[in-house]
Amino acid sequence: MPGAQPLIELAGITKIYGSGAAEVRALDGVDMKIGEGEFVAIMGPSGSGKSTAMNLLGCLDVPTSGHYSFMGADAGALSRDQRALIRRNFIGFVFQGYNLLARTPAVENVELPLIYKGVGRAERRRLAMEALARVGLEARARHDPSELSGGQQQRVAIARAIVGRPAVIMADEPTGNLDSTTSQEIMEVLTRFNAEDGITIVMVTHETDMAEYAHRLIRFVDGRIVSDGPV
Amino acid sequence: MIWETVRLAVQAIFRNALRSFLTILGVVIGVAAVIAMVTVGQGSTEQVTSDVARLGRNLLVVSPGRAQQGPGAAGGAAPFDVRDVDAIQDQIGSVRVAAPAVTRMMTAILGNENLTTTVIGTDSRYLEARDMPVALGRPFYESELRSGSAVCVLGQTVRRELFGSGDPLGQSLRLKTISCRVIGVMEEQGVSSFGQDQDDFVLVPLKAFQRRIAGNSDVALIFVAVRDGVSTDAAMAEIERLMRERRRIGPGEEDDFNVFDMKQIASVLTGITNVLTGLLSAVAAVSLLVGGIGIMNIMLVSVTERTREIGIRLAVGAREGQVMTQFLVEAIVLSLFGGGIGIVLGLTLGAVGSNLLRVPFSPDPAIVAIAFGFSALIGIVFGYFPARRAARMNPIDALRHE
Repeated sequence: MPGAQPLIELAGITKIYGSGAAEVRALDGVDMKIGEGEFVAIMGPSGSGKSTAMNLLGCLDVPTSGHYSFMGADAGALSRDQRALIRRNFIGFVFQGYNLLARTPAVENVELPLIYKGVGRAERRRLAMEALARVGLEARARHDPSELSGGQQQRVAIARAIVGRPAVIMADEPTGNLDSTTSQEIMEVLTRFNAEDGITIVMVTHETDMAEYAHRLIRFVDGRIVSDGPV
Repeated sequence: MIWETVRLAVQAIFRNALRSFLTILGVVIGVAAVIAMVTVGQGSTEQVTSDVARLGRNLLVVSPGRAQQGPGAAGGAAPFDVRDVDAIQDQIGSVRVAAPAVTRMMTAILGNENLTTTVIGTDSRYLEARDMPVALGRPFYESELRSGSAVCVLGQTVRRELFGSGDPLGQSLRLKTISCRVIGVMEEQGVSSFGQDQDDFVLVPLKAFQRRIAGNSDVALIFVAVRDGVSTDAAMAEIERLMRERRRIGPGEEDDFNVFDMKQIASVLTGITNVLTGLLSAVAAVSLLVGGIGIMNIMLVSVTERTREIGIRLAVGAREGQVMTQFLVEAIVLSLFGGGIGIVLGLTLGAVGSNLLRVPFSPDPAIVAIAFGFSALIGIVFGYFPARRAARMNPIDALRHE
């Protein structure tokens, strides 16, 4: 069952931006454990620290203080390059704005993480096509992002996130730019990867409908967790 | 991995083909200019060297005038006469042959045709000193030289211009007021350095020139051929001593004549060529530098434009060094493209220039290699700063960049 084995553990995490009068306490003593295979939704009003938490969880940033353990490693103490290696091998990202490379065919976008993993060209193409097939877009492999709808672009982004078989997908408002029907499609895709592949999913959203796809809901207010429990 | 990076760089470059081309234009022009300059310069040097070889390495020219004026610049000093020539020939053992020469630009007329050419008054020793064989007819007879007969031997250019394919032998050519009979035609000498036609002359007996054209008995130049195996420097010293004596120049006084060695003339010409090549190459090198700055400028723009792309790459796990490498390789590939196009363009211009200046086309593989290496260096130097800026980006800010 989800939560059995801790994948991510935050203890007393504080993140402070700026200094002096301009100091902003984005996170203020956050404790959190996320187990392997969980599907966690993070909600909260804007400025509540949920995006900051997401960046820390995704090893894009380091906390000002507190302890962050990712798969047992002290991620808060890692160098830039070491964090890059963690992202490369264990984390897939899905963003609100898709963040695909422009003028680059879908399949090459999906291949991108594999390039840095050092996967050979033919194998890369095969894995990328497989990932695209899993999001139902193998027919669109040669299309540039500008030729794809928002939902299709987001599915390409999900294919890119899962192609390297990560332990966790960090999804930051994945449906923020999509209409409700398309949003549901995207959520179903994410749910499938969580259920079938056991990939842990951490999703920031401000839509209650979307949070309902998760198994666990964490609410942030003013940099603190105010509630944490099953949906 | 590096091939992957190069392939990506080429892709990125062609994605923005026009801008990439404009970016590398500076490097293209710089490299092309350097290569064209050096190629033509080397062709000229080769030409000078081969001219000197043809003139004879053992040939000296003695001319009246102070030093630093070059052969033919009399500068008010007393001219020589034929006794000076004989003295050099007879009194200096290392001299094989000494020949007098007087020259003047004149119009040669044949019927309706006329041609401005150099008339040289000399004797058969001139042909001997310069190793010039007669192609058609015969050289001067001793009797013609002694009496100063109105006969002449033509260079190939004069023959071609005035007679075309007709037989010039026995025909009469008018030079100013005198009419002289053509007795021979010299073999083709070709074109010298800096495009001087060496077949554009008419030879007449020295006495004929002195009496009928110049109206005096001066000798303007003395050509001296040194014996094989004798040092030209030693011969030059001996000639200098003899001439000082004959011209009564006291100790401590400056020479009022010059003895030039062909090697010296060649080195002066080569020196001029080298200075010109150097100067022009320096200008070209500045344009290379400007080209490099152009590449840096565009790479910085490109890094800013592609901030989001950099963010994405960092997010999916690119290390700092990999992003750095990507942009550095892009800059290098870009400037190598510039270098490659520049080399092709430079060699083409060099070939055209060599052809126009009538010097041999002698591309130097070393300079091509240096130009190529230099363009890579430009890519590294001017690509480093933008690449570092890309690599140091914060992924979160980069991803948010609009």
